[in-house]
Amino acid sequence: MWLSKQREEPHPFTECEAETVQKALLSVVNERLVIKGGRVVNDDQSQYADVYVEDGIIKQVGENLIVPGGVKVIEANGCMVIPGGIDVNTCLHKPYLGTPPVDDFYQGTKAALAGGTTMIIDHVTPQPGESLLEAFEKWQEVADKKSCCDYSLHLDIPHWHEGVKEELEQLVQEKGINSFQVYMAYKGLFQMPDSQLYEAFSFLKELGAVVLVHAENGDLIAQEQSKILGMGITGPEGHPLSRPEELEAEAVFRAITLGNRVNCPVYITKVMSKSAADTVATARKKGSVVFGEPITASLATDGSHYWSKNWAKAAAYVTSPPLSPDPTTPDHLHSLLSCGDLQVVGSGHCAYSTSQKAIGKDNFTLIPEGTNGVEERMGFVWDKAVAMGKMDENQFVAVTSTNAAKIFNLYPRKGRIAVGSDADIVIWDPDKIKTITAKAQQSALEYNIFEGMECHGGPVYVVSQGRIVFEEGNLQVQQGTGRFISRKPFPDVAYQRIKYRNKMMCKQGVSRGMYDGPVYDVPATPKYITPAPSAKTSPTTHQPPPIRNLHQSNFSLSGAQIDDNIPRRSGHRIVAPPGGRSNITSLG
Amino acid sequence: MAERGRGDADRDGDVPVYLARPGTADQLPRQQHGGVFSNVEGAYESKTIDFDALTVGQRSSRSPRATNREELKPSKHETNFPPALFEPEDTLQIKKKDPQILDKSERLLIKGGRIVNDDQSFYADIYMEDGVIKQIGDNLIVPGGVKTIEADGKMVIPGGIDIHTHLQMPFRGTSTVDDFSQGTKAALAGGTTMIVDHVIPEPGSSLLEAFERWREWADEKACCDYALHVDITHWNDSVRQEVLSLIKEKGVNSFQVYMAFKDLYQLSNSEIYEIFTFLGEHGGIAQVHAENGEIIAEEQARMLEMGITGPEGHVLSRPEELEAEAVFRAVTIASQTNCPLYVTRVMSKSAADIISQARKKGNVVFGEPITASLGTDGTHYWSKNWAKAASFVTSPPLSPDPTTPDYLNTLLASGDLSVVGSAHCTFSVAQKAIGKDDFTQIPEGVNGAEERMSVIWDKAVVTGKMDENMFVAVTSTNAAKILNLYPRKGRIAVGSDSDLVIWDTDAVRTITAKTHHSAAEYNVFEGMELRGAPMLVVCQGKIVLEDGNLHATAGTGRFIPCSPFPDFAYKRVKARKQMAILKAVPRGMYDGPVSEFSPMSRGGTPSASARTSPTKAPVRNLHQSGFTLSGPEEAPIRAAGRRTFMPPGGRSNITSLS
Repeated sequence: MWLSKQREEPHPFTECEAETVQKALLSVVNERLVIKGGRVVNDDQSQYADVYVEDGIIKQVGENLIVPGGVKVIEANGCMVIPGGIDVNTCLHKPYLGTPPVDDFYQGTKAALAGGTTMIIDHVTPQPGESLLEAFEKWQEVADKKSCCDYSLHLDIPHWHEGVKEELEQLVQEKGINSFQVYMAYKGLFQMPDSQLYEAFSFLKELGAVVLVHAENGDLIAQEQSKILGMGITGPEGHPLSRPEELEAEAVFRAITLGNRVNCPVYITKVMSKSAADTVATARKKGSVVFGEPITASLATDGSHYWSKNWAKAAAYVTSPPLSPDPTTPDHLHSLLSCGDLQVVGSGHCAYSTSQKAIGKDNFTLIPEGTNGVEERMGFVWDKAVAMGKMDENQFVAVTSTNAAKIFNLYPRKGRIAVGSDADIVIWDPDKIKTITAKAQQSALEYNIFEGMECHGGPVYVVSQGRIVFEEGNLQVQQGTGRFISRKPFPDVAYQRIKYRNKMMCKQGVSRGMYDGPVYDVPATPKYITPAPSAKTSPTTHQPPPIRNLHQSNFSLSGAQIDDNIPRRSGHRIVAPPGGRSNITSLG
Repeated sequence: MAERGRGDADRDGDVPVYLARPGTADQLPRQQHGGVFSNVEGAYESKTIDFDALTVGQRSSRSPRATNREELKPSKHETNFPPALFEPEDTLQIKKKDPQILDKSERLLIKGGRIVNDDQSFYADIYMEDGVIKQIGDNLIVPGGVKTIEADGKMVIPGGIDIHTHLQMPFRGTSTVDDFSQGTKAALAGGTTMIVDHVIPEPGSSLLEAFERWREWADEKACCDYALHVDITHWNDSVRQEVLSLIKEKGVNSFQVYMAFKDLYQLSNSEIYEIFTFLGEHGGIAQVHAENGEIIAEEQARMLEMGITGPEGHVLSRPEELEAEAVFRAVTIASQTNCPLYVTRVMSKSAADIISQARKKGNVVFGEPITASLGTDGTHYWSKNWAKAASFVTSPPLSPDPTTPDYLNTLLASGDLSVVGSAHCTFSVAQKAIGKDDFTQIPEGVNGAEERMSVIWDKAVVTGKMDENMFVAVTSTNAAKILNLYPRKGRIAVGSDSDLVIWDTDAVRTITAKTHHSAAEYNVFEGMELRGAPMLVVCQGKIVLEDGNLHATAGTGRFIPCSPFPDFAYKRVKARKQMAILKAVPRGMYDGPVSEFSPMSRGGTPSASARTSPTKAPVRNLHQSGFTLSGPEEAPIRAAGRRTFMPPGGRSNITSLS
């Protein structure tokens, strides 16, 4: 629906639930801002313009704006003014064995805002057997209370059964959820076999939802894990050893195959390795509707740290799929991101403290999985891609914000600086230099996996919902100001092609049906004339004598076989008695 | 050998190596010891090359043969057969006699042929005795009265090895119309002198029993030598034992698993992983029928729901993507388990591409296109003639893309695909009609044993994609190497079995069901004109095809045991195994300091405390407080935690808990 309107047209956002609007209004009323002297950078163009914000919405974009007096003015001084980042992959409330991560919605969104991200999409992870709706409501409650920026939710489907369908329907149609994650890994827990995946894909496609896939071959991982443990390797290095990147690439390939068969858009979460990324890129070239999401960790660091002598440090890197030990991976992923083969950058932010990680101190399979990255996400994309000359600033906006908004149907409310869009704005200074360290971060973690890395580019001001929340290094956030943003199904960027293909496929079905008629009649002949001998005579009448004789003896045997088939159900229907057609119809 | 060859050329100073290509009809080099193309200088003088001494890891299969030769040698010299026995007119008479006698008495000389092996071609005469090639060279000294065949400069190639057949395969109480006699006759008529059949035990039944049953059938009827693959249709510990005894005692070195045929033969990824691991340890070749059975089952249901019940539903429900996906998965599993992989029936471009990519990445994987995928395409599934359409039904299906055969032939010529099978599995129209109302019931299989060699010659060699040496490699030598039968089979050399074919490159045959040797009423290659055909076929030292007449005798085929660890597949695997072991050691060493660190972290903190600490502004300070709390909190939460967390009291508690 967003695309149908003119971009410059103002949007009434009253459709969000009344309470969230109210809540928003309380904090937002009379908040007026003008950002002067900046260069507005969207995914398609950059222009010098001022931005006037009122009531959390961008009201005017242009030069020499006429604004009411007494408005707070931000001087951008020629810095870039970009849409606030959207982090599509966080786990701020995902419990591990009953304990939640150390970064909850408050801590996590604070970190996000400090990094220039003004919206997160969190994963709801119900336990197997738990109701999806209940889990969703639990998450929403927690997030409403704690979140400092707008948020939305993905739902993970722990296992597939008939009952889930109803809940999914309700979630899509009433709750504003349009993305669901399925797992190809975690055998015995979340993993679904291919046939269930096929069903899940088919059903979600009907609902117009985006299917997120955690792509790793869980069967093989389970085997490898027991092998590695059997070899006496129990430390974090066992994690990447038991999850080689091949298994990721294999699962990505399989997920895409499934998506193609069902004709359903597939979104690969956490693209961690070169080969998985290449598989996505190849599939896109073949026309598959597939999206790939590298995360901060895979873009900025590599898996060599799993071999660190410091257990806590090594364990901090444990995430699934694991970081690739190949040090050229980040570079490769940035290249694919720049050329559009990968679309969105998430953070996969899921922070467990060292003591939580230590649950797996004697067994790497028990180490809770997750790395930080929500705060560093935008900085590293700038540092490793834009500052290196791989990517331009427009593409930077696209991968950090706009593409995510499009895929999850938030565009142009989010992901764009335009009249009518939400006033989630970041003033970005390309020359800012920051050294990442756990001491200075917002996250509650003891270890930062990017410790000591220097990062060029960072936010100077962050405006969320029309309020300045980050100003020259100081965060001013308020718990519970984040709103749940509901999302409608059938995002155009994913589903427009799917719709046309559906039509195409329907057509194909019809033409196949037409071939079907004449095909039917022919087998009737051999059947009536009965089993073997007669049928054979017709096509092969002139076979050479010696072979012919042997041949016939074979055929009489085959007749007996058809009798053998009668006990089978299919046999019953197929072999019609010489009596004729009427029997067939009565049988059918 | 190459060194020696160059030396020859230099010394002679007449023909540079690159000029004297095998293809040129240059007679000069062969004047001296076969010239630069001779195997080894003076090879023809030593007629008793013992291949056992040269090969590694095949002692078991070679030794029986070696002893055989020992036994036979004296008989050759001491017994004086009446010369009349060796007159050509009498060959037919001999055949009717006891095969044992016949074995000993058969002597043949092929004169004036161009021997084509997979590595070189050269002009030489071949003298065979007792089913073994005894001499190769010019002006051979042979006993008088030997039957002589004039090859007239035609190609003499090792007999083809059809590495994939399903003869006499049971299907729902019936069996394929080509039994071992009919099928091997068809094979011989096409220039194939050895077949390798698939033993398919019913799921749940004994592999050994099935193997014995197949042996019985084949021993009774086969007209040419054969070996067997065994398909693993279910997996448990007793199957594991059976596989081991098949490898160690029964002479089977290749086992097929299925990724398709859900609820019948299909195995799960973890089972396949275990099987591959097992085969990798014991030197077996893992063959795989690669299609995603789960998705196929869903697609089949969808097709039937849409009302598509004819043979076109077969190909529509098994799109080539599913084949490629499964190949990709199989390659992944094989590379994880470090087991050589053999993909049977490569039917589509994308599957072939996956294999060639995997080979480029260094995986040990072999691809087997079949006659049908090299010779025809899947457009016939839409034929209005149901019986014709049904005769093309096989799995994976023939690709509807008409450029597929050309593409596969190219990959075959470039070496990305390794061997050609036929997957010969023929059903009569009446049998196919079991599935007349439901394509999923149509028995699957196409013919191809007879056409196999000609199809490749016509599509690859005549079109200039492939040279004649490669032709020999893909039709025979590579198969022999994979089965660990090389150089007994798959090569024309002193000491090899005398299975060979005089190949007529100019012959043109039109394929039709009327004249083919299979018992099927339909031939999927019907009407194709193929250039290249066998002019004469020698199998076990006997002429079985001459002037278009087949003189094959059922029951003369011997079972050829294949020994494990074929070098062709396992040389690299073995080296990698050693690498893998080396890698594991340094990993283990990192482990020490890690566990030392963990008690420290364990002493501290439960989750709650850990969480509170970070929320306050100075992260570092809070860290310490976090550690103190964890001890008491985590332990009661879950079983795993209990074991992990050691109470401050000490170790004794832990053991008591476990």
